[in-house]
Order: sequence, then C-alpha cells, then structure tokens
Amino acid sequence: MAIAFPFSAIVGQDDMKLALLIAAVDPKVGGVLAFGDRGSGKSTAVRALAALLPRMKVIVGCRYNCDPDRPAEFCDDCRARAGKGALKSVQMPVPVVDLPLGATEDRVVGALDLERALARGEKAFEPGLLARAHRGFLYIDEANLLEDHLVDLLLDVAASGENVVEREGLSIRHPARFVLVGTGNPEEGELRPQLLDRFGLSVEVKTPDDLPSRIEVVRRRDEFENDSAAFIARWDGEERKLRKKITSARDRLPSVTVTDAALERAARLCMALGTDGLRGELTLMRAARALAALEGAKTVTDDHLRRVAPSALRHRLRRNPLDDAGSSVRVDRAIAEIFG
Amino acid sequence: MTARLAWSDAVAALQLFAVDPAGSGGVLLRSRAGPVRERWLKMLRAALPAEQSVRTIPLHIADGRLLGGLDLNATLLAGRPVAERGLLAEADGGVLVLAMAERLSSATLVHITAAMDARETIVERDGLSLRMPARFGVIALDEGLDDEFAPAALRDRLAFHVDLNGIPTGDAEEFVMDSGEVSMARERLKALKAGKGQVEAMCSAAAALGITSLRAPLLALRVACASAAFDDHITVEQDDIASAARLVLAPRALVFPDADQPEQQEQPPEPPSDPAAEDDRPDTDRPDFDRALDEVILAAVQAALPPDVLAVLRASSGRSRARSQGKAGALQKSGKRGRPAGVLRGDLRAGAKLNVIETLRAAAPWQPLRRREAAMNAGMSARPRILVRKDDFRLSRFKQRTETTTIFVVDASGSAALHRLAEAKGAVELLLADCYIRRDQVALIAFRGSVAELLLPPTRSLARAKRSLAALPGGGGTPLAAGLDAAFALSESIRRKGHTPTVVVLTDGRANIARDGGQGRPRAEEDAISAARQLRSAGITAVLVDTSPRPGASGETLAREMGARYLPLPHADAAILSKAVLASVG
Repeated sequence: MAIAFPFSAIVGQDDMKLALLIAAVDPKVGGVLAFGDRGSGKSTAVRALAALLPRMKVIVGCRYNCDPDRPAEFCDDCRARAGKGALKSVQMPVPVVDLPLGATEDRVVGALDLERALARGEKAFEPGLLARAHRGFLYIDEANLLEDHLVDLLLDVAASGENVVEREGLSIRHPARFVLVGTGNPEEGELRPQLLDRFGLSVEVKTPDDLPSRIEVVRRRDEFENDSAAFIARWDGEERKLRKKITSARDRLPSVTVTDAALERAARLCMALGTDGLRGELTLMRAARALAALEGAKTVTDDHLRRVAPSALRHRLRRNPLDDAGSSVRVDRAIAEIFG
Repeated sequence: MTARLAWSDAVAALQLFAVDPAGSGGVLLRSRAGPVRERWLKMLRAALPAEQSVRTIPLHIADGRLLGGLDLNATLLAGRPVAERGLLAEADGGVLVLAMAERLSSATLVHITAAMDARETIVERDGLSLRMPARFGVIALDEGLDDEFAPAALRDRLAFHVDLNGIPTGDAEEFVMDSGEVSMARERLKALKAGKGQVEAMCSAAAALGITSLRAPLLALRVACASAAFDDHITVEQDDIASAARLVLAPRALVFPDADQPEQQEQPPEPPSDPAAEDDRPDTDRPDFDRALDEVILAAVQAALPPDVLAVLRASSGRSRARSQGKAGALQKSGKRGRPAGVLRGDLRAGAKLNVIETLRAAAPWQPLRRREAAMNAGMSARPRILVRKDDFRLSRFKQRTETTTIFVVDASGSAALHRLAEAKGAVELLLADCYIRRDQVALIAFRGSVAELLLPPTRSLARAKRSLAALPGGGGTPLAAGLDAAFALSESIRRKGHTPTVVVLTDGRANIARDGGQGRPRAEEDAISAARQLRSAGITAVLVDTSPRPGASGETLAREMGARYLPLPHADAAILSKAVLASVG
C-alpha cells in the first residue's frame, strides 16, 4: 500500500476531519460525504484515516472480518465453527477499502474463486469488496461519477447490512456493514438523491483561502513527498494521541447521556427544516453523542448539537431550485432560530 | 509575446518535463495536429532516455484495456487466472500520451487521475484484485477549439500548459535534445529541495494571481527543482523559481495584482534577477517575507502573458468571453450505435448486443466444473466445446444519444427585460430542477446589447446554473441572430461529444441588432431568420417561447423557420411554461 499522509498533519479542513472522527467513533452515524474543490485534500484525509484508526479484533480465518465479541452477527462459517469450539482471534487494522470506479459487479459483491474453479474444478465463493469492507470503511472517490448499476447495488447492501449473492449454484449471504465514505467535486455532477440520503454526514470542503495556511499545506506536502518516512516519524506522536482519543471515545460512548431536552431540540430543528423522515434526527443525535464522547463530555449539550447539525442535515433538505440560499445557509438560519 | 518566445517556452517546458515526468504531472499541449506539434513531440522523444516507454491512450479505450484484467487466452491455456496489465500499469516509469484529451470521457479520466494521485492502479475486475505501480508523466494532446478544453480535473494536475496554436512552422526551430543530459539532471534532481522562503513566495504569488488550487504552487516548486537540476545548480536558485512561475503559474493566472503597470511585454522576458516593478501591491495583509522573490515571480509571470490576456485579466471581468461565431462543421452522421460504454450481465433480449469476448471470459472459469457436471448427467456424445450458460451472457452497452443537453437561450434585452425576464428566469429554474432529476446537462446562453454570451457551459451542476442565471442582468438591444448562432455552435460541439442538444429559446422575437452588430430592424430580422434556419437544417430539437405581451407573427415565423415548437406565453406563469416545454422536449 502506498504510504499515507498523516491525518493529524492535514492543515485546516476541520469539518471533514471531525466528521471522519465521528464516524470512526460511532459507525452507526452512517457514512461521510465530502464534496468540494479540486485539490483540497479530500482523498488525502480518507486515506490517512486508515493509518490512524486503532486495530480491531477479528476471528482468525474468517473471510468476513467477524467480531469475536458479537456472536449474534457471525457469518455462517463462524457460526458453524463456533459450535465446534472456541474461536481464536487476532488484531488487524481496520479495513479502508477502495471502490475504484472501474470495478466490475463481480468484484464488488464477490464471485467465483477463479483459481480454484479453473485449476481444480471446484465451486467456491471468493468474497468481494463488500466483504472486505465489513466493519471498516468503503471509500468511493468521485462518488458522483459511480456507475448507476453499482450505485444500486451499494444502496441495497448499505440498507440491509448484508450482502446476498445468488449465482449458478452459489448461494451466499454474509454480513457487510461498513461506513460509506464518498468524495467528489460538485462541478462534475451531483450525486443521485437516493445515494445522498445514505450518507450520515456531509461536509463541504474548500481550499483554504488564507495565505499562511495555504503555505503550510504546500510546505507539509512538499516535505512529505521529499522524505515520507521522516515526515511520518515526526507526526507519530500526534497520531498516537489522536488514536487514543478515538479509543477512549469509543469506550465512553455508551455512557454518554442524551437528555430529553436535547432530543426535543433536535426534533424541533428537523421540523423547522422540514427534513424527510426520521433519519435526520437519528443521525443528528448519534453524531452529537459521538462528538461529546470525543471531547470527554458526559452529556450531550446544545453546543454539540449545534456543531454537528450542519453536516448531519445539510444534504437532507428538500431541494428547492427557486431558493437561492444554499442548504448550509438554511441550516444555519434554523439553528440560530432554535438555539437563539 | 512573440511566436518565437512562445516556442522557446514550449521547449523549456519539454526539457523540464523530461527531467521529472511523474513529479511535474505532465504537459497540456493545446494545439491542432500539425507540423509544429509533431516537431515538439519528436523533440520530446529525443529528450527522454531511450529506455523510457511512451504509450498512447486512444480516446475510446475500454476500461479493461486501461486498467488491466483477465487475459482470456492465457487463462484458458494455463488453466489458472492470468492477469493482463492495463495501459496505466504498462506506462509505469514512462510517459502516457492522451490523444484528443478535450473529448476524454469522465469515466476514463477518473482512472487516469486516480493513478496520477496514488502513483499506482488498483484493479478490481474479472475476479482479480491487483495493485500495480503506475508512476508516469502525462502528455495531454488538446485539440479543442474555442471553449472546448481538456477536463479541469486533468489540467489541474499537469504542471505545464503549453499552447502551440499560433506558432508558425517557420518559428518552431528544431533544437537538438540530449537525453544523456536529461538522465544526469534526473540524478541531480534527487538531492534538490526548495527552500522555505521559496515555498512561501510561490504560494503567495499563486494566491496573488487568483489561483485557488494548491496543486499549482506544489507543481511549480517541483518544476523549479527540475529546472535547478537541469541547469546544474547546487540549490534551487531565483532563476529556477522564476522560470517555474513563468511556465506553471502564468498560464493559470486569473487576475493580475497591479493595475497600472505599463505594457512591456513585446520585449523578451526581463532577466528575472532584475527586480522590476516597484509598485505597492494592494494586499498588505500578506505575511512579511521574502518580498523580493515574490516580485521576481510576478515579473516572470507577467512577462509570459500576452498583452491582450493581461488586459483582460486586469479588467478582471470574470465572465467568459463572447463565443465566436459557430462554423457549420461537417455534420456527424450518426447511426443507432453510440460509444461503447462497458458491459453488463443480462438476458439476451431483442436488440441487446452480445459481447462475445466478455461472455467467453465469464464462462471460462466454469468450464472444468460444467464439463464434469455434464459428464455426470449421462454421457452426452456430442458436447459443445465450450459450455456457455445464460448466466454468462454479457451485453455490450452503448451510450446512445440519450444524454441530453438543454441549451437555454435567454433574451435579456431591454424589451424582454421590461416584459418578463423575471418570469423567464423562473421558468428556466423550474426546468433546471427537472433537468437535474433527469440527469440532463444544461447550458445557458444570454444575448443582449450586441453580443451573445455563453454564461454557463454544459454542466450538471444545479448550483452553478442557478448562480449564473441569478447574475443575469437585463437591458440593451436584441441581437437575436447572435444568440441563435451561439446556440447552434454550442449544439454542434455537444453533438461532437455524442450528446443530444435541445434548444429552448425565450425571446419576444423582436430582433434589432444584426449579425455584424449593426442597428436596424429589417436586417436584424433577416439575420435572425437565417440563423434560425441553420438550426432547422441541422435537425436540432427546439422550442421557442414567445415572451412578448402580445405574441404575434414575428415569433411564430421565427419558430417555423427554426423548426421549433412555438409556445406563446400570454399569461402563463413559470410552472405552466415549464410543463409545456417539458412536454415538447420529451
């Protein structure tokens, strides 16, 4: 794998970094969409995340990264083996799987194991990208340019958390719960509304416009490309600190309380904005809780809600082509009204 | 800037690219095919070390060939999956030439840019999962005319933007290239690094020139290193920074910071060490660092800009320039087939086109299995050699001309503004929303005063469309002919891309400015009619919405000549208009 730029060395882009950290703390938040200017470091941040995340426990020999501590979510294989005796587990890095735009359907959902079929005439299933991304992140660069039939496929799996393959005698189902991370440039086309809705948080990314941070971006990038090993070593301390923050936030997450007052505020905000369905409220609440956990707070406060609201709700507003104000402005307006 | 100077810049770009092909991203070579371009490419080949591969990507390359995949022949022979490298991986360590980059499809483009960013290709196809290194430099041959450009995502990643159009063959002197020198420069490059002050100066110069992308200063710094390596400097010197700025930043400049600098561009570039321009710049909030170097960079950029461009930048109009009149190019005769657009699994229904190779590829791995199965199911005597089943069928998909681009031609003249420019805007916005739902592209042309302007080149971005529409002012004469000509020219360029144009004209039909900008109603109307006929003879679907308060003969005649559906709009509101237009466009 190519060496990734350290996450903590990314200059600015606080919205995007925060959204990715929230998704890392609570995967149930449901994915991050980063839309914005060319060359603003969207892909860099996502690739950096892979190196940053703490390792996870998986069952040895499981092809779907099953979690040994959650027997209810085992794949068929692990279930069968669990009946026979104790399962061994091992630590591995959280997968951040690239879904390249040219991928064929077979590779995404999984297909026949070619090697075994050709050499030994055996029918065996070879898991695809969705299996590999289970419990991790599925990253689509230029998500807005993804082919329609792949988008349909993803929607289906993202909704059910399970991948079903039926093909010529192969009948496989396996868990596939992943955090969808998409990036793209709105100038090249917009995302299909159905896919847009699947993302929990959406952030707008801009190239920094103040000179000192622009210089800092270029300088760090230049240093990284000249000697990546030394650069990574220099940022290792920061990376460790951040990693620890994620781990402890995950531990703290179940104990963070959400008061009725906070729930009510969230509901009022969604009503004021007229977001469809309950997905907006749920995401808002979960994201605020994850943020509270990240910052070591015991309860969710207005401040947490206020800070995550734009990214949790921005992309859920019904489109109104006659309203000139952008979605972010509308969210900000509603926040100002409700939180005073 | 003279042609000779432009040529010497082009040669400088060539040499520096040869020193660091992958680091500099590449060269955008904007030029018609011709002897000058040939000479440039020939010199490039001479400058590159002999072992360096140069691969060309044709315009309509299939994904399989670009990225690699299963090698069918070898797989069947070997009885195990054999991967075939794609062009991107084959270009590793070499140079990739993109033919006709201005027409590159977005699908092909993303693969190339992804490989440029990651310096490797990731393949997930045909049951294979491969990562292969792909470090290459790109030469994008851009033959675009007027407003046709190579995609912005590609341009942004290429350090050098070279324009050979306008250089006569006689001025394009052939220089002898020495690949040995280039190889030595590559060795020296490894030890070179731009200094801290130089990084800062380059960033601030880029910002002052209105360049938002951060790739520009990064690329410029790498080019500066390449220049130092080429000239055998021990460290990156001021000259290197200046020539990098000249080659990388100048073609990207959007504004020029000072307003009253007299023209001095006809002279050869000032020696960059001479800090010209002692003007005080307006932006005082910049951090106070190596100001002298800053000015050297700006002076170098300025010297590289032709005076007319500079004038435009100074005025900083921000608007795209008026489109030149369209030439009626040879009409592309299109059959029912479009461009190939990948394969899909599916049933063989009527009209579907079986892709034999892909079907065989899909069937290949199953052969031993199926044979055994078939042998078990009673010994059939005459078995086919290859067992293909329904599941294997792969159908070719063609991108037919289903992708529509709706061109709105809006009359923003004084007479229309008086009546219902606001209403027309409302209708266009509603239509935009519909286009968004149907994933159509939209473009916007407005005409007023004496010219037509392409306010919005074809885009799928609702946000951009809305922005440019909102900014549309009204007033002035009615150069209807110019508006229709612009619509025709744009339609033609859309057709060349394989899309279907639809023209929606909103006007009161009262032309009063002729094609040559002259006043006078009769001549203006004559010109408008002839422009309208052009649209009809090209067979472009059109709708004419008459926005005058009393719709009458002039609008109807124009619609007839255009072959357009006529929609009078006496008291309709935006919603009704939008519905009517949609119904006729389909």
